[in-house]
Amino acid sequence: MYPEYMMESINKVERTRPQRLELARKHGKMIYPRMSEEERETVLNNYHPDYKKESRREVRVGPNKGEILTTEVADIFESYGRVNKEMFNFDKVDYETDVLIIGAGSAGMAAALIASEKGSDVLIATKLRLGDANSMMAQGGIQAATQKDDSPATHYLDVIGGGHFDNKPELAKALVNDAPESIKWLEELGVMFDKDEDGSMTVKSGGGTSRNRMHSTRDYTGAGICRVLRDEVFNRPEKIKYLEYSPVVELLLNEKQEVSGAIIYHLDNKQYSIIKAKSVIMATGGFGRLHIRGFETTNHYGATADGLVLTYRVGAKMMFMDSVQYHPTGAVFPEQIVGFLCTEKIRALGAQPVNCDGELFVYPLEPRDVEASAFIRESQGRDLGVKTPAGLVGIWLDTPLIEDILGEGTIEKMLPAMLRQYERFGIDVRKYPMLVYPTLHYQNGGIEINDKCETNVPGLFVAGEASGGIHGRNRLMGNSQLDIIVFGKRAGLQASNRSNDIQKVGKVHMDHIEKYNAEVAKLHLPKSKIAPMILPDYIPDHVKAKQLVSEYSGTLI
Amino acid sequence: MSEKTKMVKVYIMGEAFMVPAASTIIMAIEYAGFQLKRGIGCREGFCGACATVYREKGDYKLKGGLGCQTVVSDEMYIAQIPFVPAEKPLYDLNELTPDPSTFMKLFPSIYRCVACNTCTKSCPQDIQVMDYIQALIRGDIKQAAELSFDCIRCGLCALRCPAEIVQYNAGTLARRLYGKYLSPKSPELEDRLQEVNDGIYDQEIDEMMTMDIKDLTKKYFAREIKIT
Ligand SMILES: Cc1cc2nc3c(=O)[nH]c(=O)nc-3n(C[C@H](O)[C@H](O)[C@H](O)COP(=O)(O)OP(=O)(O)OC[C@H]3O[C@@H](n4cnc5c(N)ncnc54)[C@H](O)[C@@H]3O)c2cc1C
Ligand code: SF4
Ligand code: SF4
Repeated sequence: MYPEYMMESINKVERTRPQRLELARKHGKMIYPRMSEEERETVLNNYHPDYKKESRREVRVGPNKGEILTTEVADIFESYGRVNKEMFNFDKVDYETDVLIIGAGSAGMAAALIASEKGSDVLIATKLRLGDANSMMAQGGIQAATQKDDSPATHYLDVIGGGHFDNKPELAKALVNDAPESIKWLEELGVMFDKDEDGSMTVKSGGGTSRNRMHSTRDYTGAGICRVLRDEVFNRPEKIKYLEYSPVVELLLNEKQEVSGAIIYHLDNKQYSIIKAKSVIMATGGFGRLHIRGFETTNHYGATADGLVLTYRVGAKMMFMDSVQYHPTGAVFPEQIVGFLCTEKIRALGAQPVNCDGELFVYPLEPRDVEASAFIRESQGRDLGVKTPAGLVGIWLDTPLIEDILGEGTIEKMLPAMLRQYERFGIDVRKYPMLVYPTLHYQNGGIEINDKCETNVPGLFVAGEASGGIHGRNRLMGNSQLDIIVFGKRAGLQASNRSNDIQKVGKVHMDHIEKYNAEVAKLHLPKSKIAPMILPDYIPDHVKAKQLVSEYSGTLI
Repeated sequence: MSEKTKMVKVYIMGEAFMVPAASTIIMAIEYAGFQLKRGIGCREGFCGACATVYREKGDYKLKGGLGCQTVVSDEMYIAQIPFVPAEKPLYDLNELTPDPSTFMKLFPSIYRCVACNTCTKSCPQDIQVMDYIQALIRGDIKQAAELSFDCIRCGLCALRCPAEIVQYNAGTLARRLYGKYLSPKSPELEDRLQEVNDGIYDQEIDEMMTMDIKDLTKKYFAREIKIT
C-alpha cells in the first residue's frame, strides 16, 4: 500500500479526476495538445538520456574505432578478455557441431528448429535455461500485415518512418515480407493467437502503426511464442543438443579467419570447454542489465550485451550503437518491482499521466522517446514528480480512469498480468494510480547484418535483438517479436546452408583475442576490467568489500 | 528516504541473515552476498525460474511462490527449488491427433488424479490447475488450453502432486494441440501468403527502398491512418 505522504498526492489526483474524465469523454485521447516538431526537439535535447553529453563517447578500439557509441557500450568494448590462449589445447575439442547457436531466446530457438530441419546438427549454448530471455517477457504483441486493409508495403512504410528512415532497407523489406508466413509458421507449431469468433486474428494498433496489426496471445505474447519453440526444441534431442548454464565467453576463428567455434564457461562447475562449429549464430539478445545511465531495466537477468563484445573482438561491425530505447512507463513503487514494464496498452486504454498535483502535462501517447523525456522533465526539471521512500521519483499513471471510461471489469479483462503484478504487493490499480518513470527497455542497434543474417566476418550470423539495422534508431512495439522469428529462421537456414558446404573447419585459435587485448592495453586500463559481463552483480557494497573478487564487476567465478 | 531501513531476519537454506524488510526473496539472497546463477531468470514473474518454498513464523504451512514476487518476513525460512525433476514425453506434433487418445498415450499419469486440489493451491499464477487436468481427463482440450494459459512452468504444482502428475507439460501439449488443430483458421492469412508468394507487393516496396528521403518522408506523413 502507499505510505501516507503519497496518499496525500493521490488525493489530489482524485480531486482532478472528474475534470479529466470529462475531457476524455469529450476529446478521447486528445486530452492534452500534442507537441509540435520544435517542442519535441526541445524536450528531447534537454531531457532524453541519449542527448546528454556524457551518454555517448568515442570508442578507442576495434572495428568501430573512432565512432561515437553509447558510453557503457564503449566501456565494455574497451575491456580485456577473461581467458587467454595459454589456458587451452585447441587440438582437444570438447564438442563439434554443424551449427552452433549462442543464446536460447526465441531468435536462437527459431534458428535451431530451421537448421535442424535442413539437416544440420545443432548445438545451443545458453547462459541460464532455454527461454530465460527477453523473448519470454513480451506482453504487448507481434506485428504482421495479415489483414485485408493492410499490406506488407504499408507495414514497410510504418517501420522505416518509425525508424526515422535510418533502417537498412533490405532488412525492413525482409521483416515485413516474411511476417505473414512467420505467423503461420508459429500457428502450425501450436501458438494460440487471440482470435475473433470466425477465426480471424484479433489485431490491435500500437505506437506508430497505421493499421491494426498487433497480434497477441493475451498479455503473455512473448511466452505464448517462446514456450512453444522451447517445447519443440525439447522434442528433437537427436538433432538439437543444448548446454544450459554455459555462457560463451569468447569466439574462435580458424586458419582462414572464419568464425569456427567458441569457448563456454560452465557457471556451476567453472569448467571451460571448446566448441568447434561450421557456422555460428549469435542470438544473445540485448543490454538492459548494463543499466545505462543508471536506469532500471525491464530486461531479464542475463541481458548484458555479451554478444556485442564477443563479435566485436572477431571484427564484426556495429550499427546504431549510439541509441537506447527507454520505455516511458516502468514501475517505481513498490520497490520490489522497480523497473518492471507497465505496458503501453495501459495508456492506450485511457490511463493519463499526471504530476504530483494531479495535473496533466503531456499527451499520453507521444512517441516513446518524447513521452519518456516529458516524464523526466516533469519530475527532474520541474520538480513536480512524487518521491518514493526509497528515494526514487515518478509520475502518476491514473489507472482508475480506465474503468471510469470503459466500464468496471475492463482492467481485469484487458490487463490481467498487470493487475496480478500489483495485487501481489497490495496495490489495487483499479482504485489507485501507479507510479512510473522511464526504464531501460531495448537495444535499438547492434551487430550489422544483411538480409541473410550474415555479418562482415565469414561464418558469423546474427539474429534478434543483438543485431542492428532492422529498426534504425527506434524500434516500434511488436516489431521485435516479429524480427526474432523472421531473422531467427533466416539465420537458421543460412547457417545450415553454409555448414552443408563446408568439409573441414580446420584448426581453431584465439590469436585475435591476444591482438585485441594488446590494443586495449594501450589504453592503460586496469587488468580487472574484463568482459563479457555474463551476469550483473547486485551484492551490496559492504558485503562486496570483503570478497576476493571485489575489484571486478560482473561474474568472475 | 533517510529513515533507517527496517531489517528482518531470514534463514536462507537454514542460515540466518539480516536483510531489508522490503526485499523480495531474490533481493534478500543477493543482499546476503550470493550471486544467483540458478533459480533466477527474468526477475519479473514471467519465466518461472525462481520457484521457492518457504515457511513463515508461526505458520505450519509450507508455502510455495516465485522468489522475485514474494516479499520476505521476519523469521522466514527459505529454500529455492531451481529444478524440478519431471518427465517430458517427446512427440512430433504433426503425427498427433487432438483427442483424448493422445493424452492416454503420452500422459497416462493424469488419469491418476485424485482431485485433491493441492496443485491449484500451490500455483503462484492462481491457475485452476486441477480443473485443467480434469478437463483433459474429460477430453476437453480447449478448456485445458485456456485454463492453463498463464502457466509459467515453475514446477511447483508437480512438486506437490500426490499422484505424481507433471501438470505443466500436459498443459503445454493441450495448448499446442489447440493452437495447431482446434482453433478456427484465419481466412485472410492464406490469401495474404499467396499474395506475398506471388510477389504482388514487391514493386511497391522496391520503389520505397530507393526513393529519395524527402519524398519518402512526405509519403510517410501523408499516409492514411486506419486504426481503431
Ligand atoms: C519486458 C519486455 C517486454 C517486451 N514486449 C515486447 C512486445 O510486446 N513486442 C515486441 O515486439 N517486443 C517486445 N519486447 C522486446 C522483445 O521481446 C525482445 O527484443 C526479443 O524477445 C529479443 O529476442 P532475442 O531472442 O533476440 O533475445 P533474448 O530473448 O533476450 O534471448 C537471448 C538469449 O541469449 C542468452 N545469452 C546472453 N548472453 C549469452 C552468452 N554470453 N552465452 C550464451 N547465451 C547468452 C540469454 O541468456 C538469452 O537466453 C519486450 C522486451 C521486454 C524485456
Ligand atoms: S500450473 Fe504449475 S507450473 Fe504452471 S505456473 Fe502453476 S504451479 Fe507453476
Ligand atoms: S495435485 Fe495432482 S492429484 Fe491433486 S488435484 Fe492436482 S493433479 Fe490432481
